[in-house]
Amino acid sequence: MAEEKKLKLSHTLLPAESMKVMAEAVGIAQVPEETCQLLADEVSYRIKEIAQDALKFMHMSKRRKLTTGDVDFALKLKNVEPLYGFHAQEFIPFRYASGGGRELYFYEEKEVDLSDIINTPLPRVPLDVCLKAHWLSIEGTQPAIPENPPPAPKEQQKAEATEPLKSTKPGQEENGPLKGQGQSAAAPDGKGKEKKAPVLEGAPLKLKPRSIHELSVEQQLYYKEITEACVGSCEAKRAEALQSIATDPGLYQMLPRFSTFISEGVRVNVVQNNLALLIYLMRMVKALMDNPTLYLEKYLHELIPAVMTCIVSRQLCLRPDVDNHWALRDFAARLIAQICKNFSTTTNNIQSRITKTFTKSWVDEKTPWTTRYGSIAGLAELGHDVIKTLILPRLQVEGERVRAIVEGPVVSNIDKIGADHVQSLLLKHCAPVLAKIRPPPDNQDSYKADFGSLGSLLCTHVVKARAQAAMQAQQVNRTTLTITQPRPTLTLSQAPQGPPRAPSIIKVPSSITLPVQTLVSGRPSTPTQPSPPPTKYIVMSSTSGSSASQQVITFSSSPLGTASSPISTTAAGVQPVVKLVSTAQTAPSATVTGNLQKYIVVSLPPPGEGGKAGGPPGAQLSPSAPPGLALPGLAPAGTPTIKQEPGDSPQAPPGTPSPFGKANGAQGGVAGSPQPSQ
Amino acid sequence: MAALPEEPAEVVVKPDPDGGVLPQPPPAPPPAAPPSTAPAEGEAVGAPGSGGEAASSKPAPPGPAASPAPTDRQTLLAVLQFLRRNNLHESEDILRREARLLGEEVAAVALSPAGPGAQGTPGGETDATGGEALLSRVAGAAGGGVAAGASATAAAPPGKVGGVPVEDQPDVSAVLSAYKQQGDPALYEEYYSGLKHFIECALDCHRAELSQLFYPLFVHMYLELVYNQHENEAKSFFEKFHGDQECYYQDDLRVLSGLTKKEHMKGNETMLDFRTSKFVLRISRDSYQLLKRHLQEKQNNQIWNIVQEHLYIDIFDGMPRSKQQIDAMVGSLAGEAKREANKAKVFFGLLKEPEIEVPLDDEDEEGENEEGKPKKKKPKRESMGSKSKKQDPNAPPQTRIPLPELKDSDKLDKIMNMKEATKRVRLGPECLPSICFYTFLNAYQGLTAVDVTDDSSMIVGGFADSTVRVWSVTPKKLRSVKSAADLSLIDKESDDVLERIMDEKTASELKILYGHSGPVYGTSFSPDRNYLLSCSEDGTVRLWSLQTFTCLVGYKGHNYPVWDTQFSPYGYYFVSGGHDRVARLWATDHYQPLRIFAGHLADVTCTRFHPNSNYIATGSADRTVRLWDVLNGNCVRIFTGHKGPIHSLAFSPNGRFLATGATDGRVLLWDIGHGLMVGELKGHTDTVYALRFSREGEILASGSMDNTVRLWDAVKVFEDLETDDFTTATGHINLPENSQDLLLGTYMTKSTPVIHLHFTRRNLLLASGAYSPQ
Repeated sequence: MAEEKKLKLSHTLLPAESMKVMAEAVGIAQVPEETCQLLADEVSYRIKEIAQDALKFMHMSKRRKLTTGDVDFALKLKNVEPLYGFHAQEFIPFRYASGGGRELYFYEEKEVDLSDIINTPLPRVPLDVCLKAHWLSIEGTQPAIPENPPPAPKEQQKAEATEPLKSTKPGQEENGPLKGQGQSAAAPDGKGKEKKAPVLEGAPLKLKPRSIHELSVEQQLYYKEITEACVGSCEAKRAEALQSIATDPGLYQMLPRFSTFISEGVRVNVVQNNLALLIYLMRMVKALMDNPTLYLEKYLHELIPAVMTCIVSRQLCLRPDVDNHWALRDFAARLIAQICKNFSTTTNNIQSRITKTFTKSWVDEKTPWTTRYGSIAGLAELGHDVIKTLILPRLQVEGERVRAIVEGPVVSNIDKIGADHVQSLLLKHCAPVLAKIRPPPDNQDSYKADFGSLGSLLCTHVVKARAQAAMQAQQVNRTTLTITQPRPTLTLSQAPQGPPRAPSIIKVPSSITLPVQTLVSGRPSTPTQPSPPPTKYIVMSSTSGSSASQQVITFSSSPLGTASSPISTTAAGVQPVVKLVSTAQTAPSATVTGNLQKYIVVSLPPPGEGGKAGGPPGAQLSPSAPPGLALPGLAPAGTPTIKQEPGDSPQAPPGTPSPFGKANGAQGGVAGSPQPSQ
Repeated sequence: MAALPEEPAEVVVKPDPDGGVLPQPPPAPPPAAPPSTAPAEGEAVGAPGSGGEAASSKPAPPGPAASPAPTDRQTLLAVLQFLRRNNLHESEDILRREARLLGEEVAAVALSPAGPGAQGTPGGETDATGGEALLSRVAGAAGGGVAAGASATAAAPPGKVGGVPVEDQPDVSAVLSAYKQQGDPALYEEYYSGLKHFIECALDCHRAELSQLFYPLFVHMYLELVYNQHENEAKSFFEKFHGDQECYYQDDLRVLSGLTKKEHMKGNETMLDFRTSKFVLRISRDSYQLLKRHLQEKQNNQIWNIVQEHLYIDIFDGMPRSKQQIDAMVGSLAGEAKREANKAKVFFGLLKEPEIEVPLDDEDEEGENEEGKPKKKKPKRESMGSKSKKQDPNAPPQTRIPLPELKDSDKLDKIMNMKEATKRVRLGPECLPSICFYTFLNAYQGLTAVDVTDDSSMIVGGFADSTVRVWSVTPKKLRSVKSAADLSLIDKESDDVLERIMDEKTASELKILYGHSGPVYGTSFSPDRNYLLSCSEDGTVRLWSLQTFTCLVGYKGHNYPVWDTQFSPYGYYFVSGGHDRVARLWATDHYQPLRIFAGHLADVTCTRFHPNSNYIATGSADRTVRLWDVLNGNCVRIFTGHKGPIHSLAFSPNGRFLATGATDGRVLLWDIGHGLMVGELKGHTDTVYALRFSREGEILASGSMDNTVRLWDAVKVFEDLETDDFTTATGHINLPENSQDLLLGTYMTKSTPVIHLHFTRRNLLLASGAYSPQ
């Protein structure tokens, strides 16, 4: 109490003009200046007095907020009639007007038509006061129940994680090191960091009591349930579990367990190439990141390697040619980007270390296409600056490499797919950046000169990106649509829960020359694998003709899908990512090399969020709102609004999002935004 | 009401020996309160007695006219004169008889109409209004009947009230004219900075003590400037020096900053407080000599006059105090308490528990074990009896305050209490209580008060929408008694007659009591759970029956909002305190207060009975806590040290200690017997609205606006002291900075300010508050 706080009190007074205005308002026209001054003094004093009394009422009512009622009571104390008509609970919005050199603040009183009030339906009666009991503390410890605040508020967790002197566990590295965890090329440079945190010897180290790591029985049960649900087969349960992880405030104590669970899970399932489980685990990471009460920094040393593994691992699934491990890589890449955004500081250098890791594996000649893809995706997600400085300079080299595979002698199908993916990924991410940094005249030749074999493709994409940007600029109000990096959305669902008409939409228009197959899922081949749910892909394509015919292809992830050979599948869609090109588009489809169709796979955002860019972050599926495949704006197939551009979020026109089915199964991971297939 | 014993009422009515010694005129002095309260009353009392005139009385500064000392003849004469002028002969006669004044004297006074203090200043007018206010009060008392008047008068020997030195300030006008003295306004700043320079250059040991002078001098110099209408000088004086003042005077400075005109001085309460009461400073003799010498050398009459007239310097011999020691004790509106104020003896011990009859105890055993092992139980019962037989040396005589006799139901309750006590958890730093939190949800109306019955069966909430809601928190629902017609049908001889009179149809968990017309700021259950008290902004205290769930009595006395009320631990009496700056003691069967405790310089914000029911503690917005003797209405303790309005009080179960919490977020602990501060608990970051000791006094729980419940080790706080004789003698305390060691636990709620705490008989802590989403 002794500290000298310099008070700042001043004689604030109402301006004399106010008095004049008020006098005029009640019809007294000529008030002498002197009178105004006197009045202003007096009124200011009285107002202060009343305000001070009103504060007293606020204190006695055990509130922090002064209400109009308090002022009324203060007036009553002074034997003054209270002000009628000011009974708002919240603050009263005073409006401001000026004109003729005068400034006015006034309380807007709208005229209300009585019949309006009478005719409007009655509002719902507010709930009555009720009493609810809960345990704030049981013999000195506060139980972690929803009624209580989270045991360790996020700020405290952060303080613990970032202030080394207060660290609880001396053995734990605070800087979120990239520990080389698995067999992957995840973090080769992280290993040296795995030393113990520097113990300051001699310094009066004030160790806080270690946090207790015993979980209560309830917490153990919860942990068991949650982890089982997260990797189990029931999608509804999983959604619930992920929801719980993302929102529950009391998870702080269990965080180390979850972190270990994820890291170990990734380690095992990468070896077993179990794509489904890896996806589940990544969704858990996502849910943990979404939880507003958790501060993950202390566990990044386990999480980052796991996520990195899912991005750059050479093989993530049993059949790399069929399964959509690309979506997992994309999803994990977004996670890493989010981690960087949230936790990277100048001390831990997460971002630079991650960037280094990606670059290193990308630059390496011998890196397989899968890893290459992952590295590029990871870098691309880190933002435009990274793309500009790291990816663009290498476009030429990379384009050459892709060309060698695509145009050269067929080495292996897998490589070809990989190369295709890398190419489309590069185009997708680089085009918007180039559109921004390159001056407008887009010349095929100059692009070719600058970027080699990718040049011409890039040029068309840039042109499209510009058109897109221009179109968006017209839509003034919808600022949300300018987000170019949709948040990660990974949707999974199981076939049995699919919409009833999934098989029925498969139409084979005659004009289509490509083989279209429906692969019916069969039983999983390997019993050791937790049965990957049968997956289906719905591929939409329309010919460049105006027929607007649609074609739906359902793929199966099942190895037993005997109806088709893998080759034909590839030939059909190249990959299960589908793009829709409507004829009304400005960009001529003629420029598209390779296949005639573009395929889009779009995930259907939950109904309520159909209009938002990128869809909601929550990657859950609930049976009621199946975020399967949706092609917003497809229903009126010929409308010019359908412009699905790479890297762009689905701008859902108000047309009904037509759920054509679901992207089913573990590999059906689909990003929230359209992806180019080529 | 009929159930209440008749005897105590009688006793209270007859004037007690102490009060009787002094020749007290019934209406005027004591209930009329010491001057500081008079301004409030002046407005307040307008209604009842003298109608129009009084109502028209402005918020004038009539205060000191009502100086309570019977020796202050002039005041009395003025009053008499007034009575005569207004043709209130009856009152005049009574007053004169009481005051033993002769008619001639009065007449003589009447000849000099201006009165003593009206020397040509505006005081003349103020005197008149003051008289009017007083008069209306007199009339009101007279209207209430002589008996009531007498009972009300049994209050304080006036000289002692509040320890506020008023005796030597005969009149408002005198006080006002004290400001009249003209110094050169331009020199004020010079004076002040001269003194400032002197103090800052003084030796370290004196500097802290002399620094205490800054604030009162600043205030009085400023007021003088304002009074003499040197507005600009006042403004610049304020601007220049207000930053130097200690931060805990901020609130008062804010009031002062608004006060820029002489006209404002009328009716400003803070202003009146400064004028009518001397600011008390405690300074060692050495420091005082230093100051005196300096002022005389410099011929600084301006400051010297202020020191003489407006400050009370309590000089002590010995070492000057350190800055910490001073800081711990200052902060109240009128400086520290004088040492004499805390010298009176306080019987803080507990009353002997009445012995519980054997048959009842046997019943207890029957209930516990059907096997029937009475022998095993017997020794225990005896030990219990012997324990309660020991008479606490500090306890007041058993019959010092007449208490209601125990009824059978009370005895049953006592037995229940004892049974529960055997199952009580022994608390300590290793064994913290569990806390059960009762959250009021959807309390849009604003929860303003909560109370829980002693047996924790019911909880009551007072709301800003004037309702009082009673919940049953046990499976037993709340039922009211059947109507009179139905009651007559009941067989009165049957064993379960008490059960039969209840109307099953009315059973519900919640009963809402309507009656108040303003926010309900305080609620209190009677110990026997038959009654409920509530007090409200509308100025009334209401007594509700929990049998019929209707209002029984509305006690009107406070004309302003009543901030708090509480039942005595023995029932029957209750206390209330409000904006009119007084606390009143009531008995449930009297519609007029039995005592009026006047002396606080601002609102009485909270009131608590001492466990032995002989004392009442009141906390006030003047940042002091006072302890009043119920028997004679004396103020026996003044505790200063808080830096904000007091909002919670709690006596330790053994009656020795008092804990107080205030808006400054600190909890202070006081030794009642010695009148000393013994502990300071820092930790809360907002107003402490709830304090409670555990049943055995091991743990102090505090609840605050900052959404936390904190538990403190009460045993450790109190065992550290008692050794130092020197501190006891001088009252200079050195508080250890050990709040963190004493804090046993902090429990955050999500977003619920804690406004009530209650330990059940088994030492489970119940907390409650209204969820307030941010």
